[in-house]
Amino acid sequence: MANNIIDAKKLSFAYIDEDGKNIDVFKNLSISIKEGELVAVLGHNGSGKSTLAKHFNAILIPNEGDCIVAGYNTKDEDSVYDIRQNVGMVFQNPDNQIVATVVEEDVAFALENMGVPSAEIRQRVDEALEAVRMEKYKLHAPHRLSGGQKQRIAIAGIIAMRPKCIILDEPTAMLDPRGRKEVMETIKMLREKYHITIVIITHYMDEAAQCDRVVVIDKGKILYNATPKEVFSHVEEIKKVGLDVPQATELAYELRKAGVKIRSDIITEEECVEELAKLLS
Amino acid sequence: MSVIKTEGLTHVYSMGTPFQKIAVEDVNLEINEGEFIGLIGHTGSGKSTLIQHLNGLLEPTEGRIYIDGEDMWADKSKIRDFRFKVGLVFQYPEYQLFEETVYKDIAFGPKNMGLDEKEIEKRVFESAIAVGLAPELIEKSPFELSGGQKRRVAIAGVLAMEPRVLILDEPTAGLDPYGREVILNLIKKYHEEKNKTIIWVSHSMEDIARFAEKVLVMNESKVFSFGTVEEVFRNNKEIENIGLSIPQITKICRSLSEKGFDIDSGIFNVEAARDSILKLLKKKEG
Repeated sequence: MANNIIDAKKLSFAYIDEDGKNIDVFKNLSISIKEGELVAVLGHNGSGKSTLAKHFNAILIPNEGDCIVAGYNTKDEDSVYDIRQNVGMVFQNPDNQIVATVVEEDVAFALENMGVPSAEIRQRVDEALEAVRMEKYKLHAPHRLSGGQKQRIAIAGIIAMRPKCIILDEPTAMLDPRGRKEVMETIKMLREKYHITIVIITHYMDEAAQCDRVVVIDKGKILYNATPKEVFSHVEEIKKVGLDVPQATELAYELRKAGVKIRSDIITEEECVEELAKLLS
Repeated sequence: MSVIKTEGLTHVYSMGTPFQKIAVEDVNLEINEGEFIGLIGHTGSGKSTLIQHLNGLLEPTEGRIYIDGEDMWADKSKIRDFRFKVGLVFQYPEYQLFEETVYKDIAFGPKNMGLDEKEIEKRVFESAIAVGLAPELIEKSPFELSGGQKRRVAIAGVLAMEPRVLILDEPTAGLDPYGREVILNLIKKYHEEKNKTIIWVSHSMEDIARFAEKVLVMNESKVFSFGTVEEVFRNNKEIENIGLSIPQITKICRSLSEKGFDIDSGIFNVEAARDSILKLLKKKEG
């Protein structure tokens, strides 16, 4: 069995609002992520999913419980650098993450801060840009790139640190369909080729359907933690917490409601077409 | 009479420089009063440039734009009036809030129109209600609100000008499914109650299929197709060829139709797909 790269044990986190009141984001929440997994985290705005993700690379420290990341406890201040080198984070807005005026300099930023020798920086930057298929753009200005390309540069900056795990907080929310596809393909390739563990927070159900495991968070609690097939079969419950299911799943669900005998674990259009073709012929 | 009409509308950026680029080319459109139009096209297709012409933010390098039959650029000093007639809500409009209170922010447009205090107040409250803002938020600073609330304030600010045409550039960008649903339903309700013309830019064919009546597809600076949702979706292969994604449900129905089943390949919502399949099943049994 693979080791856990992230082990969150009975985490509680609260913030203090303007009136000085304690607002619980979550209480007693436990979750683990295995090495090499591709996990989607779903939940509507305010469900606590981003707060949880920020615990995974020690941006936030739990009030109670322990978050063990790559073997380090995030509470241990001396481990923060090690944790962040092992677990990189990519945020929603590509424009907020780019610091340099040349693509390759941006990718090299973290390495320079880490004190990596310059010959190695050169090599790692080239590799990282190749990994996200942006090597042709290494001397371009980031602000002239498309949103999807900018996100791939942000991802390259993380890959160059050679992390074991990347957390992406709604990386495609501000992108058009083409940019979304580019980013999702990059993510899946990183997992396959470099065995990097990926946690992706998303509002897009089609992206979640491509992951190994889907975690649904609602009001600070884990509602589901299973394969996409299993999670999306709970159509009504998923809709109740303000989320959606893929249209293929919804069609099968509607047909079942009308008395048609069709599988409840359909999530892709191919499966749906295949099942329907069987029924109809 | 059409509320918006364009004739040979063309816009070239940085004309006469090495950066010269045609952003929209020969666009001829007629948009009628009360239509709800979804505008789709990928980044760089010219849709943002197009909508910026419709409320006079950009002047065409060639061609004409008529609002209610009046040539927009016939007299440049009157361009302000057209901007009140055609309201534009930008992408991420919450970043444009600047006033001390929600009230003042929504009142900014009507005030610039020179309306009197009473009328301004009426419009502020009406548009706040239209976007579902709770009355107790009116005197708060917009910066105390949540992201979704801020966005509604920004939309209310445009509604308060009571434009004949409302243009929204990706009003649901960055929202979760529930937030998307709320905003789209508000727009739909506004459209139904006031019968105002809506032009709504979206990247989601699923959403457009559910809410809009007509679809305008832009591709490489030109109008690729313009028609009812049904008409445009029947050519879903061509839409995919230009790199746009069509709803999953349409792809499913199309695959079934290609396999020889008697189902419309242009279906774009789950209910219609369900009904067609149920009908086919019944036929098979019967």
